[in-house]
Amino acid sequence: MPQIPAQIRNWFAAKGWSVHPHQQELFDRAGDAATLLIAPTGGGKTMAGFLPTLAELADGSHVGLHTLYVSPLKALAADIKRNLRAPADEIGLAIRIEDRTGDTPATQKKRQRADPPHILLTTPESLALLTSYEDAPRMFAGLQRVVVDEIHALAESKRGDQLMLALARLQNLRPSLRRVGLSATVEDPAAIAGFLARHPDPCEIVLADPGPDPDISMLETEEMPPWSGGGAAYAIPAVLEQVRRHRTTLIFHNTRAQAEIFFHNLWLANDDGLPIGIHHGSLDRQQRERVEAAMVRGELRAIVCTGSLDLGIDWGDVDLVIQIGAPKNVKRLVQRIGRANHRYNAPSKALLVPANRFEVVECVAALEAVRAHDLDGEPRGPGPRDVLCQHILIAAAAGPFDAGALFNEMTSAGPFAALTRAEFDACLEFCATGGYALRAYDRWQRLQRRPDGTWQLRDPRAAQRIRMNIGTIQDTDTLKVRLRRNRGGKPLGEIEEGFAASLTPGDTFLIGGQIVRYEGLREMVVEVTRRADKKPKIATFMGTKFATSTQLSDRILDMLAQPDWPQLPRHTAGWLALQRDVSRLPERGRLLIESFRHDGREHVCVYGFAGRNAQQTLGLLLTKRMEELDLAPLGFVATDYATLIWGLDAVTDPRPLFRIEALRQGLETWLAGNAVMKRTFRASATIAGLIERNTAGQRKTGRQATFSSDILYDTLLRYDPDHLLMQITREEAMRGLVDFGRIEAMIERVGGRIDLVRLDRVSPLAAPLFLEVGKVPVQGAAEERLLAAESERLLREAGLVQAEAG
Amino acid sequence: MNGYEFSFSGQRLSALASGALFWPDQRLLCVSDLHLGKSERTARRGGPALPPYENRDTLNRLADDLDHTKAHTVICLGDSFDDLGAAESLTEAERLQVSTLQAGRRWIWIEGNHDPGPVELGGTHLAAWTCDALTFRHIALPQARSEISGHYHPKATLRTSGRSITRPAFLVDRSRVILPAYGTYTGGLRSSDQVLKGVMGPGAMAILTGRHPCCIPMPR
Repeated sequence: MPQIPAQIRNWFAAKGWSVHPHQQELFDRAGDAATLLIAPTGGGKTMAGFLPTLAELADGSHVGLHTLYVSPLKALAADIKRNLRAPADEIGLAIRIEDRTGDTPATQKKRQRADPPHILLTTPESLALLTSYEDAPRMFAGLQRVVVDEIHALAESKRGDQLMLALARLQNLRPSLRRVGLSATVEDPAAIAGFLARHPDPCEIVLADPGPDPDISMLETEEMPPWSGGGAAYAIPAVLEQVRRHRTTLIFHNTRAQAEIFFHNLWLANDDGLPIGIHHGSLDRQQRERVEAAMVRGELRAIVCTGSLDLGIDWGDVDLVIQIGAPKNVKRLVQRIGRANHRYNAPSKALLVPANRFEVVECVAALEAVRAHDLDGEPRGPGPRDVLCQHILIAAAAGPFDAGALFNEMTSAGPFAALTRAEFDACLEFCATGGYALRAYDRWQRLQRRPDGTWQLRDPRAAQRIRMNIGTIQDTDTLKVRLRRNRGGKPLGEIEEGFAASLTPGDTFLIGGQIVRYEGLREMVVEVTRRADKKPKIATFMGTKFATSTQLSDRILDMLAQPDWPQLPRHTAGWLALQRDVSRLPERGRLLIESFRHDGREHVCVYGFAGRNAQQTLGLLLTKRMEELDLAPLGFVATDYATLIWGLDAVTDPRPLFRIEALRQGLETWLAGNAVMKRTFRASATIAGLIERNTAGQRKTGRQATFSSDILYDTLLRYDPDHLLMQITREEAMRGLVDFGRIEAMIERVGGRIDLVRLDRVSPLAAPLFLEVGKVPVQGAAEERLLAAESERLLREAGLVQAEAG
Repeated sequence: MNGYEFSFSGQRLSALASGALFWPDQRLLCVSDLHLGKSERTARRGGPALPPYENRDTLNRLADDLDHTKAHTVICLGDSFDDLGAAESLTEAERLQVSTLQAGRRWIWIEGNHDPGPVELGGTHLAAWTCDALTFRHIALPQARSEISGHYHPKATLRTSGRSITRPAFLVDRSRVILPAYGTYTGGLRSSDQVLKGVMGPGAMAILTGRHPCCIPMPR
């Protein structure tokens, strides 16, 4: 077995460090085809990953690229470059370490391709781009190892699927390539190992000492949390007090909009003027980098942030993590907590702040899950075919390919191991001709078959278009926001195009913690001025709303089944007891439905505990069923645990509403015309290359040149409903935003045990739903009526007489 | 047939739900910016292969409008084809469908900026055409009166009860009517865009298409 070279051992000794057992184990396994390390933050993970590389480069004989490091964040690549440079220099290794991301200057990129460094640090997208060049075999000629950092995060997204296809390509170029994955604590290490390794290679899992349990509790506040909402403004004084008592605090939020509002309120209450920053994905890069730099220098006492700080950049001295709002998912909570006390073997300290009364229950359930080491997660299912289509195009951009060989390569990627040849051929057909039932592009095929049977791009210029559209991250159309100045003011960040369209000059909104006034749109840039005197209209950032996980929902139901609740604050326990007195509490094997009259309307509240997305879908399906049954539903609102529907008539027998066949049938027809489907379609069509996000200079030529992807969806639905992209869209929606699987599971669990309770007023558990935002009016005739009424009002206001409608 | 009737230059006109303009007294139907052959042109230029059904869809909708209105005259107000190559690319079935629609009707192709030359389909090709009081051309002229044009693909947004509804729209002022794009693969330009604010005079109205077309002061 090889030994760690003396100069590296001496360096460890000089630092007064010893090699951690998991670092040694990874070193001993350096010859394995694939190894997965699971270690807590601060466990010397990076060194574990790079130790074999440093050892192999120690004698200075290696020529060309040796190790490729891939992480989900550009910033992480830059961070690792710094953290690796120091030891390499101190050990005395003459090696080149460079990063390559979207921010790397073009000249440097070009040089890297001609003369690659020993260690290249990059992201999945940049790597995919590298594999699309004809000279890829030359660039990767010396490659020995690949280190995938934060693989637990990548494995949850299409970015990871993309990465694994790119690695399959590299492995084809370099059959002896060895893979190492670095992961935070996860619920199913074997799934990550299968994701990482070349199929069907084995992959050893190395578990580092998880360290001591975190010190985690719920924040005690003088004031009670409100009934509803997500702002947690009530907790501001208590949070400020905690910030005062700690060196550096990270304050996590579930959405960007909530982070903005909280930051704003925090500043208003920050009488001591503590240095506090904000960091999230919609802020301008410069702004984010400034906050990051201040953080590293230890100048900030707190950062209000979102998932953009979830991943392992070393922020130094964080000694407290505060999570605002229920964590929704135990695994993510544990990973966030790990951000505090970045030293090995020191317990991390964290506080949970429920934003409303129900979240108190959820936070307590999450605390119990963390203490029990009970992590959650849903299996992800097979690799999505839209990513596969993109990689077929990337392969074509790199040069002619043989279909059989490409199939073998792609099915060696873990996520695509189960892909059938027929499925692959359908994707290839899509890339070549569009794959339509109507054959229309015989002359203009994107990919053509050559006489020798291989495939190539018909028009070589298409390679450029393909490269410009690589990636799976969906930035919903956003517009840059700038301060209005003579010559282009300071960039502040980005807002959704839909939100921008809803602004009229004079409107104010929050971005980067400041209130700005919308002045106008110039060349697709939102121009604003600073404004401090008004209450802002709030920016609707797209930030995903996570659904509470199945496991966490189950824990909550278990808690509700207790006879009393000593672990809950008095106010919350009293609230649950009152619910049990006037109605009943939801139970795991039953479905509770309350029906009552309120404000002149009939209401039903369905406690499905299926998570926000599924409860939303349930609302859409139930209102549709109610419309069929003439119950005149008017609208609904959904949370993670219940759906509240209002309408004109009372529901007296809920059973017919919950017939699974009818619901599934409703799903089929409803899905077809639904906005969720259109959004999902747009994402998949973009990834698969049907819609180009970036085309050279086209965005300037005026907006009427482009048309909405909804039109493509409607057209396919009408003329080619079984098209590959429609199949992909359905699959994606079912496991994503529609989440029908959880409705099915819930109905199966419940069987016929549906309890309809008729009340003479709103129940304690239903009351918060009335304050929820995001109410969905029932579509259809309603919209036309709204339009007609508003049109008449406007015409009257303008002093115009309405001409008769024909 | 759902339409919004309005009076323009002394004539009664109807803005149809589909985005077509009907002139009952002349039994005349006018559509603008069909952009036939869009998907073919995109693929030809090395772009993605869009679903090749837009010609069929556009022509089907036109056939429906002709069925309902029993129009004697059809005016295609320019940019009927995405480009000259696209015009040549129509399939046999699509040509046949155009011929069927043309049978027994006067059919006028107004030239647009995308399709300047003559095409090998029946009908008359004109740069502009005047009928009775109204003049039809592709792009609005600043000083024109009683003018019907297209080109801009106008759309308008109405905000009501917390939602914003955007639809292709007719723009109407004292001197001109601008039609929305009729073709299936077409996008829109907001009525609040500088260009449209400049073209349309004060007091302009927007008629939103959709199941029940409705009229609002043009959002600026």
